[in-house]
Amino acid sequence: MINIEVNGKKIDAREGETILSALKRAMIKVPTLCHMEGLKPTGACRMCVVDVEGFNTLTPACSYPVAEGMKIKTHSPRAVRARKTIIELLLANHPDDCLYCERNENCELSRLAAEYGVRERRFTGSRNRYPLDVSSPSIVRDPEKCILCGKCVRMCEEIQGVSAVDFIRRGSRAAVGCAFEQGLNISSCINCGQCIMVCPTGALREKNSLKEVIAALNDPEKFVVVQHAPSISVTLAEEFGVNPGTDVAGAMTAALRRLGFKRVFDTSFSADLTIMEEASELVHRIQSGGPLPLMTSCSPGWIKYVEEFYPDFIGNLSSCKSPQQMLGALIKHVFAPKEGIDPAKVFNVSIMPCTAKKFEAHRPELGVDGIPDIDAVLTTRELAQLIKEYGLNLGALDPEGPDGPFGIRSTAGKMFGATGGVMEAALRTAHYFLTGKEMPNLKVQSLRGLYGTKEARVSIADLEINVAAVSGLKNAAALLEEIRAGRKNIHFIEVMTCPGGCIAGGGQPLGADTDAVRARMQALYNIDQKENMRTSHGNRMVRELYEFYLEQPLSEKSHRLLHTHYSKREVLI
Amino acid sequence: MMNEQPQETISRQPGQSLNHDNIQAVLAKYPNAQRELLIPLLQEVQEQQGYLSKDAVIQIGKHLKLPTSKIYGVATFYNQFRFQSIGKYHIMLCRGTACHVKGSFSLLNTLQRLLKIEAGQTTRDGLFSLEVVACIGACGLAPVICVNGEFHGNLTVDDLPKILNQYRNKEKKGDA
Repeated sequence: MINIEVNGKKIDAREGETILSALKRAMIKVPTLCHMEGLKPTGACRMCVVDVEGFNTLTPACSYPVAEGMKIKTHSPRAVRARKTIIELLLANHPDDCLYCERNENCELSRLAAEYGVRERRFTGSRNRYPLDVSSPSIVRDPEKCILCGKCVRMCEEIQGVSAVDFIRRGSRAAVGCAFEQGLNISSCINCGQCIMVCPTGALREKNSLKEVIAALNDPEKFVVVQHAPSISVTLAEEFGVNPGTDVAGAMTAALRRLGFKRVFDTSFSADLTIMEEASELVHRIQSGGPLPLMTSCSPGWIKYVEEFYPDFIGNLSSCKSPQQMLGALIKHVFAPKEGIDPAKVFNVSIMPCTAKKFEAHRPELGVDGIPDIDAVLTTRELAQLIKEYGLNLGALDPEGPDGPFGIRSTAGKMFGATGGVMEAALRTAHYFLTGKEMPNLKVQSLRGLYGTKEARVSIADLEINVAAVSGLKNAAALLEEIRAGRKNIHFIEVMTCPGGCIAGGGQPLGADTDAVRARMQALYNIDQKENMRTSHGNRMVRELYEFYLEQPLSEKSHRLLHTHYSKREVLI
Repeated sequence: MMNEQPQETISRQPGQSLNHDNIQAVLAKYPNAQRELLIPLLQEVQEQQGYLSKDAVIQIGKHLKLPTSKIYGVATFYNQFRFQSIGKYHIMLCRGTACHVKGSFSLLNTLQRLLKIEAGQTTRDGLFSLEVVACIGACGLAPVICVNGEFHGNLTVDDLPKILNQYRNKEKKGDA
């Protein structure tokens, strides 16, 4: 333990930690722009500078280690003036269209400017003019609003291992961009949207699909159906100022009906279906010596990553479509004909925690007979926007239940929203398929929690099954490298692109810290603990669907609607 | 760092592009290269090719296991790298102190406007390319440009159309 003095008070610091880390623990606030929890500091923005007694210059708290007896002033006139100047300089060449900005009321730069009382323009810098990059189906880049903090670059490289963007040029002409300044669409970008989550300004945002959705809702010819992903109900409330981890499934369903959606279905239902198909695939591959380890295919960022960086593993990917696509196909090709609705008039909207789902919905191989499974994807943020635009008060709506037949879900399907959840759900059903009996303890503790890589060994009958759940593609890549190097003892791998899983996806409410993500995760676990239908094979509507239409997992019909294939993708890596 | 002589690169004749195999031949000389060899490799490829083609960047990236975005980032950080082959007439515009004082910034803007390119680029017809250099060592002639080794000094913006036309006419005669 090290003793330091901050603003005249003694606080405890730990050997080797940075000043910022000690300050955070003591609840002393120093502003940061470029700091990223868990990554090495870059010291790029200098917002966190503090005055250390005996030092001639201001010291960046994020990168300077504590030392015994250090006397720090976090808000000395010199430090405050330096921070204010930095903000003024950042604003000097920043666009002034804040009223029209996506991040209006939610911008770290404008919040800091307000906190530090920057209320007049002291410097006028010449603006850099860059075109808006709208080439990607998922993400819009607006380099004019970029303040070069570098967080997107680090997220893309150090957490996701993709490096689609980097700093280009230097000095006043420096910018963040793709190789050869090309569009994101032809880069290695996997559309995960984690860059949006760390961007302090409006330089990165999702490709907004509200226009199409509102047009469809107002079109009397269209039968607009909505599905919502497992994680949406535990994150949406945050957009309305409610604490993280609050489940608002009922109120959200009510809101979706008020918005004019004809049916409100739950993607957790098709998550259950995914488990039926994927667990069957696992059992089949184990018994027939098929390509192992089997790897999940629910996360579209991960799929594109494999196609680009690890095409030799494409055969390991489950052939299952993601739950979004499965439900889309079922709505158009099973539900619509049964209800006597022309499938061409059905407009499928999905509410996803994810920007990559927008890309996925456009994939030509995902669709049946040339009809796309999904017509428009909204992120959690876009749904919140839509609800606000329609003047609905989420808190005042009486909870309503989902529509049949695709609104009934098990808690296993619901757990798809968190890292490890798919695996836990799959094990429950694989156990049942192999033994005919339920797992004695449905909870697999070692697959829970916010760890990047989790492994578990499960005995099912006389089989030892080794499984892993990873989130964050750098972690996935590490595991793939182990397998390339000869590791053979692993049967099934769940990969979620975003660290923590869909609850921390690129379409989720901005500004969530680790505690918020943990609360969202806990909300899903609580649902699993509270309810009775806890296995996908125990979902009566899933069973009915097999009896009524699909016959059995991996049948010809299920292959037509629920399965697909992937192929190597040539991009600028 | 290896020899940094952008002038040498420029003195190469246009059209001498390295194909895929030649890039591979350069890379084969450094079988176990790590990322610290990035700049020397970029220099060597540019020296032979005259510029860094997209293919070259991709090949170097595969060889060093570096993403193309990173290589492009490094290459755009330094003035010495270019991404288009040089034109038949390569214009070096001096932005050194003496030339700056004598108005080289206006010359740069005018040249960019007349040629419809930015510094570092090549006109579509491949005739002209424009490069900004720090000091050309001819301060007595400031502001000065140098076209394929020919110096034009004491310039004003009004001189530039004449100079460009001079090379265009030369080209027309050559064609006839």
